[in-house]
Amino acid sequence: MKTFQYERPADADTAVALLADAPTGAYLGGGTNLVDLMKLGVAAPDLLVDVSRLPFDAVEETGTGGLRIGAAVRNSTLAVHPLVRERYPVLSQALLSGASTQLRNAATVGGNLLQRTRCPYFQDVGKPCNKRRPGTGCPAREGAHRDLAVLGASEHCVATNPSDMAVALAALDAIVDVASGHGPRRVPLTDLHRLPGDAPDRDTTLRHGELITAVELPPPMPGARSAYRKARDRASYAFALASVGAVLQVREGLVHHVRVAFGALAAKPWRARTAEEALLGEPATTASFDDAVRHELAAARPLRDNGYKVPLARRMAVSMLTELAAASAGGTP
Amino acid sequence: MTTLPRVTGEAVARIEARDKVTGAASYAADHPLDGLTHAWPVTATVARGDITAVDDSEALRDPAVLAVLTHANAPRLADAGDPMVAVLRSPHVAHHGQIVALAVAETLEAARAAAGAVRVTYDEQPHDVVLTADRPGLYTPDEVNAGHPADRRRGDFDAAYAASEITVDAVYEVTPLHNHPMEPHAATAVWDGDALTVFDSNQGSTVVRSTLAALFEVDEADVRVVSEHVGGGFGSKGTPRPHVALAALAAKAVGRPVRLALPRNRIAAVTGHRAPTIQRVRLGADADGHIDALAHETVTQTSTLTEFVEQASVSSRMMYASPHSLTTHRVARLDVPSPSWMRAPGECPGMFALESAMDELASACGLDPVELRIRNEPPVEPDSGRPFSSRHLVDCLREGARRFGWHDRDPRPAVGRDGPLLIGSGVAASTYPVWVFPSHAEAYAGSDGRYEVRVNATDIGTGARTVLTQIAADALGVPLDLVRVSIGRGDLPAGSVAGGSSGTASWGWPVHKACTDLRQRVSDAGGHVPDGGLFVRADTEQEAGGGTEYSRHAFGAQFAEVQVDTVTGEVRVRRMLGVFAAGHILNPRTARSQFIGGMTMGLGMALTEGSFLDPEFGDFTERDLASYHVAACADVPEIDVHWIDEDDPHLNPMGSKGIGEIGIVGAAAALANAVHHATGMRVRRLPIHPDTILLGL
Repeated sequence: MKTFQYERPADADTAVALLADAPTGAYLGGGTNLVDLMKLGVAAPDLLVDVSRLPFDAVEETGTGGLRIGAAVRNSTLAVHPLVRERYPVLSQALLSGASTQLRNAATVGGNLLQRTRCPYFQDVGKPCNKRRPGTGCPAREGAHRDLAVLGASEHCVATNPSDMAVALAALDAIVDVASGHGPRRVPLTDLHRLPGDAPDRDTTLRHGELITAVELPPPMPGARSAYRKARDRASYAFALASVGAVLQVREGLVHHVRVAFGALAAKPWRARTAEEALLGEPATTASFDDAVRHELAAARPLRDNGYKVPLARRMAVSMLTELAAASAGGTP
Repeated sequence: MTTLPRVTGEAVARIEARDKVTGAASYAADHPLDGLTHAWPVTATVARGDITAVDDSEALRDPAVLAVLTHANAPRLADAGDPMVAVLRSPHVAHHGQIVALAVAETLEAARAAAGAVRVTYDEQPHDVVLTADRPGLYTPDEVNAGHPADRRRGDFDAAYAASEITVDAVYEVTPLHNHPMEPHAATAVWDGDALTVFDSNQGSTVVRSTLAALFEVDEADVRVVSEHVGGGFGSKGTPRPHVALAALAAKAVGRPVRLALPRNRIAAVTGHRAPTIQRVRLGADADGHIDALAHETVTQTSTLTEFVEQASVSSRMMYASPHSLTTHRVARLDVPSPSWMRAPGECPGMFALESAMDELASACGLDPVELRIRNEPPVEPDSGRPFSSRHLVDCLREGARRFGWHDRDPRPAVGRDGPLLIGSGVAASTYPVWVFPSHAEAYAGSDGRYEVRVNATDIGTGARTVLTQIAADALGVPLDLVRVSIGRGDLPAGSVAGGSSGTASWGWPVHKACTDLRQRVSDAGGHVPDGGLFVRADTEQEAGGGTEYSRHAFGAQFAEVQVDTVTGEVRVRRMLGVFAAGHILNPRTARSQFIGGMTMGLGMALTEGSFLDPEFGDFTERDLASYHVAACADVPEIDVHWIDEDDPHLNPMGSKGIGEIGIVGAAAALANAVHHATGMRVRRLPIHPDTILLGL
C-alpha cells in the first residue's frame, strides 16, 4: 500500500524542521480535505506532520484591540467565540455557512486556508487537470464549470477557492503568521492565495515547509457593520455559487470605510478593491454600491455555464451593502 | 383462542429499530470472516473502446496484494442474461466508469493503492453520449419498462388538438438522477468448495441467488445469500449489481473470503441511474378546462449494454379523461452507463411533466388547478376502459386543499411577497400502480406457543419485517411478540423483489395465507400444538400471477409552498402536504416515513439533485455526496402527511396498496408549480437551481 510516515511534534520548530527535510511531506490539520485527497489518490505525501494539536489553539485580544487566532483553533470554536460574534460577525457567519457541523468540529483555521479546490477534474485522477498534473490540460473550460471561476482565471485553470472563512478574513484585512526555518513572516491574507496564471498547481505563495501559526485581525472599525452571505444549491453542506463578505462604515451618509470580498468567483478570495476605491467618500446608497460593484465585476470573463455568477455576486453585494448602510444609519453600533 | 385487537393498522415501532440505532444490525460489509480480504475496483477512463493491455506489475509489487483480476485472467462467468453482472468478461468498454479490473488485497488500503497502480491501455473509440430530442438514432422500443407498450393511440389526437379552444404545448426535461442509498452496494463472499455464501446488499436475494447460481454454474441450493438488513436501495439494488458478482468471482479466484463495498464515487456509473427524459406534453381543452386531446411524448436514453426505457408517458394513459390520446417513447442507445430503476420509474419524471402541463392549462383556462383536475376525473381508466378498483384522487385533492388552506391564496402569480422573498404555492396529483408478484411463505407453530414465519422478503429500511409480523400476528390471532418473521435470506421461501411498491402485498399475501391456514390447523388440533409443531406452506402463484379486470392504482395530492429569494434566486420550501389514498394503511408509523421520504426525495429532484453527463468523457460529474446534492435537513421543512382510508376488495387480503414510491410522484411538479405561482416563471427543466431563477427574474 501507499505508506506514509506520521509525526505529531510537540512544537512548531520541530514541525517545521520535520517538513523541511521532507520535500513531498505535508502538514495535517483537521484532515477534512487532505485525507480525502489521499484516498482519492490526488495527494500522496510520504510524511504527515500533524499540527492540529500544536499549542496554537487560543483566540486572544491583541495589544491594539485586534484578535489573534491560533491556526489550530477549530472552525466551530471560532464561529461561536464571543469576541468574534460581537466584533467580527462577518467571520462568524462565514464559518457557520461552511461545510457541516461535523466538518467544522474537525477543521482548523490553518487547514481551512490551505484546502484545495473542489473542481471535479482536480479530484479525479482519471482525468486531465493542470492543477494536479501541470501540462495535462483543463477540461473544465469546456466541461463542468458551473461552479468555477469568472475572475482571475487563466487558460490553464478555472478553479475556485472553496473557503468561506477566507472570504471573511480577506474583508477583515487579516494577516497570516507563518513560521519557517528562515524565521517568521507575516503575509496579508489577500496575498496568501494566488491566481493560477501559468502555474495553477501552486495555490498559495507559501514556500514548502512554511507553517501557518496564527491569523491576526486588526481592531474592528468603530461603528462599522459586517456580514457574510452565501448563495448555494442547497441550504446546508454545499459550496458557494457565489458569496460576499463586507465591512462598511458610514459617516454622515458617506462611505468612510468599506471592504468587500467575493467567494467562489476566483482561485482566491476576491477583494473588490476597484469597488472599494470607487465607493470611498461616496454616498452610501444602493445606486453608488451598484455602480461600484458593476465596475469591479466588469473584469469577469465567464465561461458557457457560469455567467450567472456575475449578476448573482453583484446583487448579493449591493443588497448586503445597502442593508449594512441602513443598519449604520438606524441602529446602535 | 380469544379475539385480540388487530395489530395491522397500529403504529408498531420497527422490530429491528434498537439493533439499527445501536449498530448491532449487520449489513453486507459488516460480517467478520476468518481470512477476509478486500477488493477495490479499477474503472474505465474512456467511454468506448477496447482494452489492449493491463499492466499490474506495480500493483502486485506489494506482497499484501493477492490478485489483480481482469477479463484476461479472471475465472470466466457464464452468461446469466443480465449485462449488469457480466463482469470482467470482455475487453470491450461500453461506458466510462465500467469496472475493468479488481484489485484484491489483505487490507482495504492495499487494495485501493493497488487499484490505483494498475495501468490500463485502451484502443479508444469515439463516443456518443449527448441526448437531444431530434438526434439521429432514436427508435421506438418494443416495450418500455414494466412491460408497457411504447406507443398508444386513442381517437384522433391531431384533429382534436387542432380543434381545441385552449392548448398547452411544452417540453419538460429531467436530468439524470442517482439513487445513492446510504449503504453503498456491498457484498462479502466466501466459497466452501462449490458452495457460495454471500452477504449482499440488495432488494431481493431470491434473484441474487439464482443469478449467482447461473453465473458460476452451481446449484441454487449451494448458494446462500444473506441480506438481513439493507441500508436503502431506491431501485438501484432491485436486481443484482456488479459488486456481488465481483465479490463472488474474486473469492473464487483468491480462495479466500472477499469483501467489496463499492466506493461512493464509483456507484454512479455501475449501479444504474434514472435516465434523463425530454418530454413534450400537449393538452387541448375547451374553455372550461375539459381535456379533449392529450399527447405525452418521451425521448430518453439507454446504454449499449442493455435496453431500459424510462416509461415516462405511461401515467398520462390513466390519469385524466382524454378522448383523444397519444403517448409515445423514443430511445437512443448511447455510450453511457446503463440506466435502471429509481424510485417510481416512469411515474416520477412523467408526472413532473404532466402535472406541470396541467398547471399551465389551469393558468391558460383561468381555472383553479385543483378544480381543473376534478373536472377531468375519468369514470374508468381511459386507456383500457377498465373500472378502477378504487380511485380517490378527488377526495385527496379536496382534503388536501382544505388542510393546506389552498383556497385562501391569491391565485395570481408573482404577488406574494415577504420582504425580498417571493412566496407561492402549488399543487400536483400523484399516482402509482398496484403491483403484486407471486411469493411463497411458510409458517410454523411450536408447541411452546410461539410461531415462526419464513418468507424471503427484503427490508430495505421500509419496515417490511415489522408489517409482515403484524400481518402474521393478526392472521394467527396471537400477540405480536409470539411471532418471529425471518426474512432476508435466499434460502427462505422465494419472495419477490422489494420494488414497484409491491413488497407488503406480495409477501404479506402468502404470509396471510399460510398463517390463516396454520391457525385453522391449530384450531383443528383442539387449540393445542402437538410436540414437533405444525407447519404450513403457502404461495400466491395463482392469486398474484394472473391479470386483473381492474385498473389498480394509488392516488394522492401534493401541496407545496416555496419562497424564492429575489437577490440570489434560491428556492427554499416552506411547507409541504401530501394526502394519499392507498388502500388500508397497515402501519401508520412506517407508512408516514415512506410518504415523507418520497416527498423529500421529490424535493431533492425538484431543487437540488442532478447529474451532469460530461460530453467529453461520458462520465457523471457529481459522484459523491458533497457534489450530488441530496436535500439536507436544512432544505426540508415540516412535511405533513395524511391519508384517506380506502376499502378496496380487489387488492389482497390486507386491502393494501404500495406506498414506497407514490410520495415522490408529483412532488417535483407541486414545487415547480409553486415556483411559478411565486415568480410567474415557468421552469420546465429540473433541478430548479438558483441560476435558473436568477437569470429569469
